[in-house]
Amino acid sequence: MTDKAFIRLENVTKVYPGTEEPAVAELDLEIPKGEILVLVGPSGCGKSTTLRLINRMIEPSGGRIIFDGEDVTTVNADHLRRRIGYVIQQIGLFPHRTIAENIGTVPRLLGWDSARVDARVDELLEMVGMDPKIYRTRYPKELSGGQAQRVGVARALGADPEVLLMDEPFGAIDPITRDRLQNEFLRLQSELQKTIVFVTHDIDEAIKMGDQIAILREQSRIAQYDTPEAILAHPANAFVEDFLGSGAILKGLNLKRIGDLELTEIPTITAPVSRDAVLQAIEKSIDGWALMLDKDGKPTRWLDRTALDRAEGLDEAGQRVRVTVEPEDTLRDALEKMLLSVTGCAACVDPQGRYMGGVRLELLTDFLQELQRVERNRQAAANA
Amino acid sequence: MDGVVSFFDYLTNNLDDVMELTIEHAIYIVTVMVAATVVGVGLGVWVQDKPVQKEVALGIASVFITLPSLALFTIFIPIVGLGFWSAFIALFMYALLPILRNTVTGLAEVSPAVLESARGMGLTSRERLWKIQLPLAWPVIVTGVRVASLLTAGIAAIATLIAGGGLGDFIKDGLTNWGFRLAAEKIWTGTLFIILLALIFDGIFGLIRKYTTSPGLR
Repeated sequence: MTDKAFIRLENVTKVYPGTEEPAVAELDLEIPKGEILVLVGPSGCGKSTTLRLINRMIEPSGGRIIFDGEDVTTVNADHLRRRIGYVIQQIGLFPHRTIAENIGTVPRLLGWDSARVDARVDELLEMVGMDPKIYRTRYPKELSGGQAQRVGVARALGADPEVLLMDEPFGAIDPITRDRLQNEFLRLQSELQKTIVFVTHDIDEAIKMGDQIAILREQSRIAQYDTPEAILAHPANAFVEDFLGSGAILKGLNLKRIGDLELTEIPTITAPVSRDAVLQAIEKSIDGWALMLDKDGKPTRWLDRTALDRAEGLDEAGQRVRVTVEPEDTLRDALEKMLLSVTGCAACVDPQGRYMGGVRLELLTDFLQELQRVERNRQAAANA
Repeated sequence: MDGVVSFFDYLTNNLDDVMELTIEHAIYIVTVMVAATVVGVGLGVWVQDKPVQKEVALGIASVFITLPSLALFTIFIPIVGLGFWSAFIALFMYALLPILRNTVTGLAEVSPAVLESARGMGLTSRERLWKIQLPLAWPVIVTGVRVASLLTAGIAAIATLIAGGGLGDFIKDGLTNWGFRLAAEKIWTGTLFIILLALIFDGIFGLIRKYTTSPGLR
């Protein structure tokens, strides 16, 4: 028992009527305050059941749930749930209610006056990057999947709960949008410092999102509970090793973000450009590529010497910039994007799309070598 | 042409009767709709998460609607006597099925994810019913009431046979005096005004549906 634990499950068991085997067996789990705890495991391991035991969507058959020092195992479940944000994969926005009404649901249940609810709705919409003036009066059917998920998160944060429960929140979203939503959510969490329990079956997502990870096996037994770094470096048993699968080193790339690294300088020129300026930039560049920016500082094209040999106008020369990375991207995200880039180098941009610096493959290989060294030491230690 | 002229003559000469019986007929529709909606929706809500009761309720309502109307109108005479109440009960039994069935269907169509998130946010079961389930099922329920009102407008013509009044009086009168003067005009008057009433109620429920359904559901 640590002081850090905000929610504690003590000896919690769930046996469904008519079954012998418990779905969750005598689980002890500490949920640290202000951090993201990811519950991850193969399907059917009881991770969703465990999550739903916390807000008593599923009533435990035995054990106790301690919420901020208070035993909530038998308090009014509806009142308990108003203190806990809840996000599910299918989101479940109310289709007959506007976005503002959806987000204001819990505040209104708690009896906030309408001015306070309105102000809170606007604040939350801005927080998730949606213009209140545009979206307040819209209906859920008018939103894209990514927007709906943002509103889902905003709605869960409605009455500023201390705890968020998220059940595969980004599971039904296309990979590119999912990546962006994960990044946005991490940025949000760095400000909000909520206590979050996050369920996923995807170990990569777990490593990316989790401050702590609990790897669960059947009946929600904890196979390992530790930081992502420690789990990757020291899998506690064969089950965890199997679950991490091959490529544990590659998964290590999820641990570091582009923002943690020192960006390299790429020689840049701002359009409209002259032939001389381009030539100068290319000569300064270590690999012969220079980056052209538009007047807002957004990367537009990669230029090398062959581009200059062509007859076309300089503004059309070279290769269009197709992928950029963001500071919140993990190295794994970045690697995937860089493999798509013609130059083997990616431009890192801020949320407004303006150039911040370059990321070279060497940065990643350096980090991989570091991970490899750790892995070798671990195996040596294990064999000793 | 003669037939049309004499029909309009008949109509203008008997306007008071026509209005009185049309109102009687409309009263059947309105009262039956109110009663059948309260009972049908209430029953639908009650049985929605009880599979056995749901089947039983739908089964019984289906039997009601297959009973021959003439028989159904007479069954209750020994209990409540001739006139309005016998007819009212029979019409109520007919109207029940479309409303009950649409309530059950409408509630079943509410997405489980919506209910899950509502529960997860701490809406009590009563709040979920009134704020989420019924508003979402509402367009389907109103459609059920609309169908029931058309059904009632037509079948209420039989009320006349058990002294229940309504526009059926014209039709019965025409039939029993077939071959005599104005018999056809009477039948036409009854039929035409029943159709008119049905169209009016259809229009009203169409408007109710349109203006009471959230724009988010359209």
